[in-house]
Amino acid sequence: MAEVATRAIGAPVRRIEGRAKVTGAARYAVEHDPGEVAYGWIVQAQVARGKITDIDDAEARSQPGVLHVLWHGNAPRLEEVSDAELAVFQEPRVAYRGQIVAAVVADNPEAAREAARLVRVKVHEEPHDVGLRADHPHLYKPDKVNPSFPSDTDKGDVDAALARAEVTIDHTYSTPAYHNNAMEPHATLARWDGDRLTVYDSNQGAAAHRAPLAKAFGLEPEQVRVLAEHVGGGFGSKGTPRPQMIVAAMLARISGRAVKLPVTRQQMFAFTGYRTPTIQRMRLGATGDGRITAIEHRVFEQTSQIREFAEQAATPTRVMYATDNLRTSHRLVRLDVPTPSWMRAPGECPGMYALESAIDELALAVGIDPIELRIRNDADAEPDSGKPFSSRNLVACLREGADRFGWADRDPRQRQRDGRWFIGSGVAASTYPAYQRDAEATARVQPDGSFRVGIAAADIGTGARTALTQIAADTLGVPVERVRVDIGDSALPRAGVAGGSMGTSSWGAAVAKACEALLAEMERGGSEAHADTKAEIEAKKDLARHAFGAQFAEVRVDGETGEIRVSRLLGVFAAGRIVNPVTARSQFIGGMTMGMGMALFEESVMDRRYGDYLNHDLAQYHVPANADVADIEVAWIEEDDPELNRIGTKGIGEIGIVGTAAAIANAVHHATGLRFRALPIHLDGLVGAGT
Amino acid sequence: MKPFAYERADETARAVSTVAGSHGHATFLGGGTNLVDLMKLGVATPERLVDVTRLPHAEITETKYGGLLIGAAVRNSDLAVHPLVRERYPVLSEAILAGASGQIRNMATIGGNLLQRTRCPYFQDVSKACNKRAPGSGCPARHGEHRELAIIGHSEHCVATHPSDMAVALAALGAEVHVHGGQGLWSIPLTDLHRLPGEMPQRDTILAPEDLITHVELPPLPLARNSRYRKVRDRASFAFALVSLAAAVEVDGGNVADCRIAFGGIAHKPWRARKAEETLRGRPATPDAFGAAADAELADARPLRDNGFKLLLARNLFVRVLTDLVDG
Amino acid sequence: MVDPQRAAITLAINGAEQHLEVDTRATLLDVLRERLDLIGAKKGCDHGQCGSCTVLIDGRRAKSCLALAVALDGSSITTVEGLADGDELHPLQAAFIDHDAFQCGYCTPGQICSAIGMLEEARAEGAELTPEAIRERMSGNICRCGAYPNIVAAIAEVAE
Repeated sequence: MAEVATRAIGAPVRRIEGRAKVTGAARYAVEHDPGEVAYGWIVQAQVARGKITDIDDAEARSQPGVLHVLWHGNAPRLEEVSDAELAVFQEPRVAYRGQIVAAVVADNPEAAREAARLVRVKVHEEPHDVGLRADHPHLYKPDKVNPSFPSDTDKGDVDAALARAEVTIDHTYSTPAYHNNAMEPHATLARWDGDRLTVYDSNQGAAAHRAPLAKAFGLEPEQVRVLAEHVGGGFGSKGTPRPQMIVAAMLARISGRAVKLPVTRQQMFAFTGYRTPTIQRMRLGATGDGRITAIEHRVFEQTSQIREFAEQAATPTRVMYATDNLRTSHRLVRLDVPTPSWMRAPGECPGMYALESAIDELALAVGIDPIELRIRNDADAEPDSGKPFSSRNLVACLREGADRFGWADRDPRQRQRDGRWFIGSGVAASTYPAYQRDAEATARVQPDGSFRVGIAAADIGTGARTALTQIAADTLGVPVERVRVDIGDSALPRAGVAGGSMGTSSWGAAVAKACEALLAEMERGGSEAHADTKAEIEAKKDLARHAFGAQFAEVRVDGETGEIRVSRLLGVFAAGRIVNPVTARSQFIGGMTMGMGMALFEESVMDRRYGDYLNHDLAQYHVPANADVADIEVAWIEEDDPELNRIGTKGIGEIGIVGTAAAIANAVHHATGLRFRALPIHLDGLVGAGT
Repeated sequence: MKPFAYERADETARAVSTVAGSHGHATFLGGGTNLVDLMKLGVATPERLVDVTRLPHAEITETKYGGLLIGAAVRNSDLAVHPLVRERYPVLSEAILAGASGQIRNMATIGGNLLQRTRCPYFQDVSKACNKRAPGSGCPARHGEHRELAIIGHSEHCVATHPSDMAVALAALGAEVHVHGGQGLWSIPLTDLHRLPGEMPQRDTILAPEDLITHVELPPLPLARNSRYRKVRDRASFAFALVSLAAAVEVDGGNVADCRIAFGGIAHKPWRARKAEETLRGRPATPDAFGAAADAELADARPLRDNGFKLLLARNLFVRVLTDLVDG
Repeated sequence: MVDPQRAAITLAINGAEQHLEVDTRATLLDVLRERLDLIGAKKGCDHGQCGSCTVLIDGRRAKSCLALAVALDGSSITTVEGLADGDELHPLQAAFIDHDAFQCGYCTPGQICSAIGMLEEARAEGAELTPEAIRERMSGNICRCGAYPNIVAAIAEVAE
């Protein structure tokens, strides 16, 4: 396959849709104007487990402007769908508190909200269990973990190696539930034209949302069109269809109107996904000079009663450090909780918090600098599989980061002070797989000589539209101004979701191939070409492909109040070719900022008696605010890896959040001498640390 | 949101009588930043809103005694940046600016700020029990999630905290609240406005529904020129206090001549630290003395299972702020 | 009979007078978005906790999700749609593009309107706008994509 000649690629091209976003012209899902419209509002279950015995909607229906109240007793029957979360109103069972049990459609949003408040749901309540613990009697081994990794791996003899090890680390780390909390809440605008359904939906992949929607309503995919031109963030939670999409289509069908159905921020804490809490036991064995001889990583997580989601938290441990003895496992328990799902770097994010904390503890135990310890245990083949890496620049990232951060000047002694502030610094590694999925794209030349490229990709804030335009422009050999890339529409050529950090690799390869084909076609007098990357992906060598990185944090801890401030963050990444240095930097910073939230602020608090996430709004679930982010620096190592894809990219959307929390937790330990093995690190345990 | 009628009041007495005659169905609307929020949640369900923001209570004037008379309809941000407040009562300016966000401070009124409701998660969720919202339904916070809630003055019926920052500064400054109520005009010290929950947590204050706060008056207080507000929270900004402290102190010859101190975030009301103040007057202005004074104030604290950290935090914050004030 | 739950109001929005009959429950945000198709102001939380809905009311930044439209009768409102002068972007809009001060763009109109109000507040106070001061003053606008450093850089450039 031909290399893409570089001009626009690597250039700091500003976001194509920037002007639309800063002027308010960019329309997100329910901001489209479909003419006469009605408004939906969702009613949620108020018990964690039970069976609905009756729904009294009389008062709701009597409200002026209310058109219909929908629930399992009067809802249209759906075809069977694989995701039970989408089987809305099909049965009276309640599987978790906050599950959708009814919906209202009305002339205006005020009436819809009020009517929803007045729907009386009677439920025969059953005892519930929402508590994750590592000794839960109903833990089980899932057949595979997300997306299709083995649940367990076992290489060598971990027990014997641990027994022989000169130094061992054995600690349990835990992370709470986290909610994605994209700024744009999930939302759907649905409209029927006869037996054709159009939805404007806030999602990470129009094509991936069309299939289940069509299936649920017994339609052919061609009868359904899903549009998502602008999407206000997703971070994984909009990667799979959420039930409001089904509800909106139902309400639109029953009311005969276009229906806008926005999910409220509070509702997002129930049925639009979240990161499972984890309990992770890490055991490391090493020689006295810091060579790792054994690693065991055992993960305990929850899923819901109606859908299995198994977060692959131990998988990064299969990739990171060289050892002959390596065992990983995942155990799940089905609880009466909302269904967990993808959140930025599922698996790597919580898993690397545990591994990189344990590595820090090992470094202290053997008295070796934590960077040196990581370098000493760098792997030249993927530890679990034995596959060679296409490229691996972890060590380069660590060294580059150490230089930029001034690590050489770091005094390893803990509890150093600047007045009442403790100051400390920490380091952790990052990793994320370099995936590529097949996709299709079309390219055509317009009568005016400009080009138009189409692919059902998504730009949820990643800069995908801009990156794909750069790739197309370079392939066609024209300036970016002469290329328009259409995305966010299921009517465009098939493409996978914006997920797994594989957008640019997957879509970019299809775009480049289509543009290449167009050039050939134009030589033959044609004006349009289509490409599919399936064959070239199947022909790829069997290699381990991963991006790596190193993150550094400096924290200040008030020894009296326990307040923690992250005074510096630095991330250095080796993630293949960087298509756009401006948007890439923003992506890395964004991931690291979310990692800071994970470390210090964010936590979805479950009240076990009620069974739902209690702090279900942005005043109580604290994401980082502007004042929390003082100084974040990002750099990357140039990588020229020909074994990735025709663009040479590894993906950048998720690796930024991987390792941040461990770097900060390690820095807090360096600052205070206190090791926190449960996130988030609130000030509670640090008050008075200086006295 | 329950349907409601709206009227814009142009006369205080009429506004008061409208609410008085509504049998509890009408309520005053200020900036709306908390009331509209609670109406959307179904926590507040008024049938009539009487908008009092255009009443003639929107001025800040100097009193003949050298204090300040602050109209209840003054917006928080205007009070925070008022030159006389910055000069004479910096603690008040700092407290207001530590609260909410710039946008909300531009909307919220002084009266509304004082009357905002607790941010206890159970109170804000109508699907759960709460004695403050639904008397007799129970207090799930007491044995549930209460990390951010009260450590002192709570009852078995309620462990909520008062969320205002401004009120903490006003409590320290000895502000007086002027009320135009069903019974005419009257006033009370701000420290007596808010209640402890006791057996009636549904009542945040001593006000009847028709009692309208018209003004807040600050006494002349020279020592307040040396005053400060410090707020500790879970992120650096835009979050409610875990613990906050408002303090003003005057030192004479190394001893505390006089002081005014109040805590926020630890109780159902702004917590004026009178015991600490008494302990300190005439004593050396040293960290040890400050610590002893804080201990005296907090001796009655009864932290809940998960908020014991607030006790040491309150003490340390007390010592820190007083020490900083003394050191200048 | 007059419906007490509806009201006739007049708002000057981006310089144009709008006569509207509104449900008393309608927030300014919903009136802008659902009645006037001014979708620049965003609904990120509907409870004043995110800042996405920030507009200027009588020149001051405010959260339109907590403002009842009926209570604003006679006010003038500026939304993000009213900032550019024809094709000429407002300096903050241009700076946001230059500094890549947004990713998904959903919080962006609120950030920009908030920044305009904030700059005016600081000017009136005579306050110095250090990066730290900008961060504090802009903390009522949440950006989940984490564009804060670029937002601060964009605002700082315009503040100079």
